[in-house]
Amino acid sequence: MTAAISIRNLSKTYASGFEALKGVDLDVARGEIFALLGPNGAGKTTLISIVCGLVNASGGSVAVNGHDIVRDYRAARAAIGLVPQELATNAFESVWADVSFTRGLFGRKPDPAYIEKVLRQLSLWDKKDSKILALSGGMKRRVLIAKALAHEPDILFLDEPTAGVDVELRRDMWNLVRDLRAAGVTIVLTTHYIEEAEEMADRIGIITRGELLLVKEKAALMRDLGRKQLTLQLNSPIDALPPGLDGHGLELAAEGGEIVYSYETGGERTGITTLLRDLAEAGIRFRDLQTRQSSLEDIFVRLVNENREAAR
Amino acid sequence: MNLQAVRSIYVFEMSRTFRTLLQSIVSPVISTSLYFVVFGAAIGSNIQAIDGIAYGAFIVPGLIMLTLLTQSIANASFGIYFPKFTGTIYEILSAPVSHLEIVSAYVGAAATKSTMLGLIILATAALFVPIHIEHPLWMVLFLVLTAVTFSLFGFIIGIWADGFEKLQLVPLLIVTPLTFLGGSFYSIDMLPPFWQTVTLFNPVVYLVSGFRWAFFGSSDVGIGVSLGMTLFFLALCLGIVTWMFRTGYRLKN
Repeated sequence: MTAAISIRNLSKTYASGFEALKGVDLDVARGEIFALLGPNGAGKTTLISIVCGLVNASGGSVAVNGHDIVRDYRAARAAIGLVPQELATNAFESVWADVSFTRGLFGRKPDPAYIEKVLRQLSLWDKKDSKILALSGGMKRRVLIAKALAHEPDILFLDEPTAGVDVELRRDMWNLVRDLRAAGVTIVLTTHYIEEAEEMADRIGIITRGELLLVKEKAALMRDLGRKQLTLQLNSPIDALPPGLDGHGLELAAEGGEIVYSYETGGERTGITTLLRDLAEAGIRFRDLQTRQSSLEDIFVRLVNENREAAR
Repeated sequence: MNLQAVRSIYVFEMSRTFRTLLQSIVSPVISTSLYFVVFGAAIGSNIQAIDGIAYGAFIVPGLIMLTLLTQSIANASFGIYFPKFTGTIYEILSAPVSHLEIVSAYVGAAATKSTMLGLIILATAALFVPIHIEHPLWMVLFLVLTAVTFSLFGFIIGIWADGFEKLQLVPLLIVTPLTFLGGSFYSIDMLPPFWQTVTLFNPVVYLVSGFRWAFFGSSDVGIGVSLGMTLFFLALCLGIVTWMFRTGYRLKN
């Protein structure tokens, strides 16, 4: 089966000389929720904008459902709904007229029943005759989502969907995303909130400085996250680990002043009891201990920093 | 062909027109009436007939053209500039529509509005002076052709402009002078020979002249030349628009 989105060696250099994307390769499978995670200015919006036709790429190619976005732009774009980051709305239109307009723009015949369904789903039904300029920021965001769904797209792009959004809308949005995914819609979202990626995504891609550093199943990432480290600060530094402690996979740190033990929190047995017993038997005494879980945030910060170092 | 999309944009733009109907229609009608009072009745009665046509009637085609040009440019440039300004252009760019479809919808809507205004002014003029149209079909043809051509020109300005000032700049600094100097209020025969030659570089002369021919059967330059020049300008604008979309000029970074 062809991928929903297939990106090959995509690059973009703006007229200012800024290199927003440096040869990105990415496949998004049908029906998955893919989160593109990265700091501001990493290239997330540029990537989305190229796929949706808002920005011309400098190099590389993108296919949507197997249709090239340049040669076969009609088929590619008809499959996509985009919720932009900025609250850009047709202020003087009514909600109903504006959402219906988008449907027509994407070449679909009017379908009032479907538009009604979308508006109800987004709690916009009682605002359908209101002018958009009279709506609150959160409601405008809902209108943008309704517009993106108006032509029944297979693929939905959400660019920073929850930036500046209240708790209620965020919850509604997550529910909506789950419903859409259940209906088989592929969803690509960008965010710099790690919890959001964790909460919603099947797979997570980390992007920074125009490069995709890592793409991983969320489950695999969470397994990495599930690892904890126990650090023991020793009373007196040691040169090497005593032979009796071989089986634990320990590491010496801080010039022999610390022993670090990694373990899975998910398992029945963490091995901590045995380790402490063996340590006592080996006559190693410690004055403090701490445990620490590496979060997605740590992985993220580490990757981003490594990349930054490498760029120097 | 995504006709549904063309229709959607056209209806969207026309509903904008009807939403601002009062200002769209009342102001040109008032200003045209003022022209008739001043040039037609007050001054015109002291001016001798040109080519045997009373001055009041003589300026009718020019006045219609004046409104047609300024309104076509204003409507079309604003129609495409505003989505760029508010950011809603993302929707147009991400939709499965071709450049030709986008242009025909926006330009079609702008030209419809200015053609309507042109006809309203013609009706207003009929209240002041007796109107006789020699070649009604040619009159309509010139009306529509000019509306389309200058809406296209306005569309180009709307894409080019990156601020409200620039949006006003071209109409104010170029189009208005060209229109006033384009023989709306006089026959170019009335100019000294040197300025007659200079005037021939003004495209508006051909529009006004052709339009006047449709009314009175006589004009400064031949009807064929008028038509040719108008079509040439139309083709030029089409070329520029095509280039703009192909390169993504000020639309796609």
